[in-house]
Amino acid sequence: MTDDELIWRIAGGSGDGIASTSQNFAKALMRSGLHVFTHRHYPSRIRGGHTYTEIRASADPVKSRGDGYNFLLALGDSFARNPQENAYYGNEEVKPLSENLDELREGGVIVYDSGLLDTSEIEDFDERVEENGWHVYDIDLRTMAREHGREVMRNTAGVGVTCAIAGIDTEWIENLMRDAMPEKILDPNLEILQAAYDLVQEEYDVDAPDISVPEGEHDEEQVLLSGSDAIAYGALDEGCRFIAGYPMTPWTEVFTIMSQNLPEVGGISEQVEDEIAAAALAIGASHAGTKAMSGSSGGGFALMSEPLGLAEMTETPVVLVEAMRAGPSTGMPTKPEQGDLEHVLYTSQGDSHRVVFAPAGAEEAYHQTRKAFQIAYEYQIPSIVLYDQKNGGELQNVPASVFDEEPNGDIGSVISEEDLADAPHDPSGKYNRFQYEGENGVSQRSIPGQKGGRYLATGNEHMPAGHIAEDPDNRVYQVNRRMEKLEAIRAELDDGEVPNNTQYGPEDAEYGIMTFGSQQGTVEEAVDRLNDDGHSVKALGVSEMAPYPVEQVSEFLESVDECLVVEMNASAQFRGLTQKEIGKYGEKLSSLLKYNGNPFEPEEITEGFVTSIVEGEELPTHETKFVPAASD
Amino acid sequence: MSAFNAIGENVERDRNEYTPGLEPQPTWCPGCGDFGVLKALKGAAAELGLSPEEMLVVTGIGCSGKLNSYFDSYGFHTIHGRSLPIARAAKLANPGLTVVAAGGDGDGYGIGGNHFMHSARENHDMTYIVFNNEIFGLTKGQTSPTSPKGHKSKTQPHGSAKQPLRPLSMSLNAGASYVARTAAVNPNQAKDIIVEAIEHDGFSHIDFLTQCPTWNKDAKQYVPYIDINDSEDYDIDISDRKSAADMMYETEDALNEGTVLTGRYYHDEERPSYQQEKQNIGEMPEEPLAERYFDEDYEWERSYDMFLDKHK
Ligand SMILES: Cc1ncc(C[n+]2csc(CCOP(=O)(O)OP(=O)(O)O)c2C)c(N)n1
Ligand code: SF4
Repeated sequence: MTDDELIWRIAGGSGDGIASTSQNFAKALMRSGLHVFTHRHYPSRIRGGHTYTEIRASADPVKSRGDGYNFLLALGDSFARNPQENAYYGNEEVKPLSENLDELREGGVIVYDSGLLDTSEIEDFDERVEENGWHVYDIDLRTMAREHGREVMRNTAGVGVTCAIAGIDTEWIENLMRDAMPEKILDPNLEILQAAYDLVQEEYDVDAPDISVPEGEHDEEQVLLSGSDAIAYGALDEGCRFIAGYPMTPWTEVFTIMSQNLPEVGGISEQVEDEIAAAALAIGASHAGTKAMSGSSGGGFALMSEPLGLAEMTETPVVLVEAMRAGPSTGMPTKPEQGDLEHVLYTSQGDSHRVVFAPAGAEEAYHQTRKAFQIAYEYQIPSIVLYDQKNGGELQNVPASVFDEEPNGDIGSVISEEDLADAPHDPSGKYNRFQYEGENGVSQRSIPGQKGGRYLATGNEHMPAGHIAEDPDNRVYQVNRRMEKLEAIRAELDDGEVPNNTQYGPEDAEYGIMTFGSQQGTVEEAVDRLNDDGHSVKALGVSEMAPYPVEQVSEFLESVDECLVVEMNASAQFRGLTQKEIGKYGEKLSSLLKYNGNPFEPEEITEGFVTSIVEGEELPTHETKFVPAASD
Repeated sequence: MSAFNAIGENVERDRNEYTPGLEPQPTWCPGCGDFGVLKALKGAAAELGLSPEEMLVVTGIGCSGKLNSYFDSYGFHTIHGRSLPIARAAKLANPGLTVVAAGGDGDGYGIGGNHFMHSARENHDMTYIVFNNEIFGLTKGQTSPTSPKGHKSKTQPHGSAKQPLRPLSMSLNAGASYVARTAAVNPNQAKDIIVEAIEHDGFSHIDFLTQCPTWNKDAKQYVPYIDINDSEDYDIDISDRKSAADMMYETEDALNEGTVLTGRYYHDEERPSYQQEKQNIGEMPEEPLAERYFDEDYEWERSYDMFLDKHK
């Protein structure tokens, strides 16, 4: 644990404005020069039910939520419905306080709203405070908010108190409020912020703060955004102007961002009847000559299995995004897991192929989404951006210059009308759109409306002009040609133009940790700590699942004695994939798995590494496996 | 210059222009009603002078799904039940295309029922032809959603316990703005109806009665039909919903009794198409979206300029 960071947790009930307040606070901290990283925990219900957001802020770059936290702002669940006696799981109203004590660090600060919360309802509260040396501020935020404005503005009062205790200049917050709020609510909010700040100044000894916020400075302008934002902006920059979808958490975020922005750039967004239709619409729009995408989460993606295969067989480019959440079936709608890897890799009938990216953080998500479009359109194959509830929702500061890239309206391997005139046609007069020859297995497509380009696109096996055929020789030609693309795609991804499959830590380290997607930042932080503690470890965050980067992974595994594979699912799907693709080094691999609905914290990975690799003991995965989520 | 030069290049045409040369010969059984649809569609396209390259014919799976193998235009033979979502997106992406979707009663009223309902509701500007032979043809004669109650097949050996679906009433209620029924036994009426449907600016649904001599020997589709618009026994105002609804109901009952009534049932010329509605609210570009990718002068916008301010 480090003391030069603030990890601020704001807790309350769903619908209490936890997300928006924390987003603004995170932005204020970023603007003040700090690096920030947020983590959201919320139940699958709309109003009420314990929820929290953490903001980790430090002068140094932060890659994960960190371990535990040191400042709790407990607002109380204003929508709590279960009185203690009937409650299935404790008293909901006090949960924002009671549920959050386990991970609060020694010497940490607790601010709670005494207008809503009563500590006498929490067993052992005083003893625990004493034991842990926590600093407790009981402040009636609710009444303060009522007096100056409305009760819902308790959040602002809480932020004011935080600033006073942690020595944060309220100016950052005020400026943000001025930007974001309409006048009517701006004034009372400013008043509440100040009243709360003053109250702490007057009644407590803040000259010797219990916790101080580090100071930092960015050397270039930063933006605060989530993986979902980054995926949407990547798509928009790549010229995607058509999206079709059906809401499902957590994919809805990308869908929403796209739907809000597309009309501004003359694009089209369609919310349709189901996910089969959604993917089919994306295919239809792409067939007619646009860049199109769709997506869903596990359950909805299951319905897309059929159109996915159609896109491959008809060689219609399309990008699908898949936001994993805990399954099977509807599983845990608001909890992250990496259990859809095999689903995404293998769904759909036959020898079907697609390209699968699994970006680690916002920056990679932006670049890889762009790459997903480029590959899809250049090679006429479906490509998938696989991410999860964790990287979709957490906010991170990223240099604004990352997005300072040229837009791309290139539609890929489409033949022009001039070239169509000389292109081979079959005796029926149709263009040989699926001809056997073609660089890297790619045969240029024509777009409906182009002169001389008539052909039949079909999900059945077909001859060069698209006529349905079961001719054995043609079948073999066509299958081989479609598969030939994969090698070319692998070579293109290997050229290093887009950040992928990042290796981290000392080149000559003795041991390795491998992971994929959203866990990469946490693993890298764990690697730093292990090396600080005298171990010799490096990491590989794999971000391309298909075609698999066999060469890069083999080199990595060749270079280490043993390797821990970290992933958020119970059946070690990523490790299984690696072994299947590489076919050796299996004996070097061991698994660290977590699937209780919460992502890894760095300390869990360092502990897992020490137990499994250093001490050579069986991993206590049953502990990770069966202990319920700390606050769920 | 447009990137899609075939669009709007309409001149007088011969129906044979839509026949794909030497190959392939239809694989439909002799006497199959599907030939009637093909003939009617060719006639309609010729009459409208549509360039084969501005037409996109999207089909599902089934014997009916083979329509675009034998009709020479751009074609997309999709998957069972999914022709509509693919067709309507193609139309949204490039409204210049003439989009016709087609499939069987299993395809359109069964597995694709949800898409049918919503495409009609949204009133996309396209024509949807359902080959209604009251049977699954390609999978060899199973009961379909329009098979009559009591219909026996290998999968319903005791006779279907289900009421047949009412396709006309269904599409009217879902929101189609043009609804007609025709029959393969008279490709002339069928041709006229297809012409009208393609010209109509909105979702046109044609329930096309086709005979399947192979699996559905006692289907009423062989019976000479009555055209309700020509017959003196029927007095209907096709611009009136209520009148259309009553007539459809009667027609659907009559079919179960063996009397085949066909013709135009509903034509709402007032209702704007979905594309128009979407344009009205500012969610659809005025220029065809697809054109943009072929326009070398088009300036693509960057997120850096447009979206990132709110993240700073
Ligand atoms: C998802 C899926 N389920 C089942 C099938 C098998 N199948 C092919 S054609 C067909 C029935 C077609 O019947 P209909 O739509 O009435 O068309 P017809 O052959 O009578 O023209 C079925 C069930 C399929 N291709 N895909
Ligand atoms: S099985 Fe029936 S529907 Fe299919 S081609 Fe033969 S007659 Fe036509």
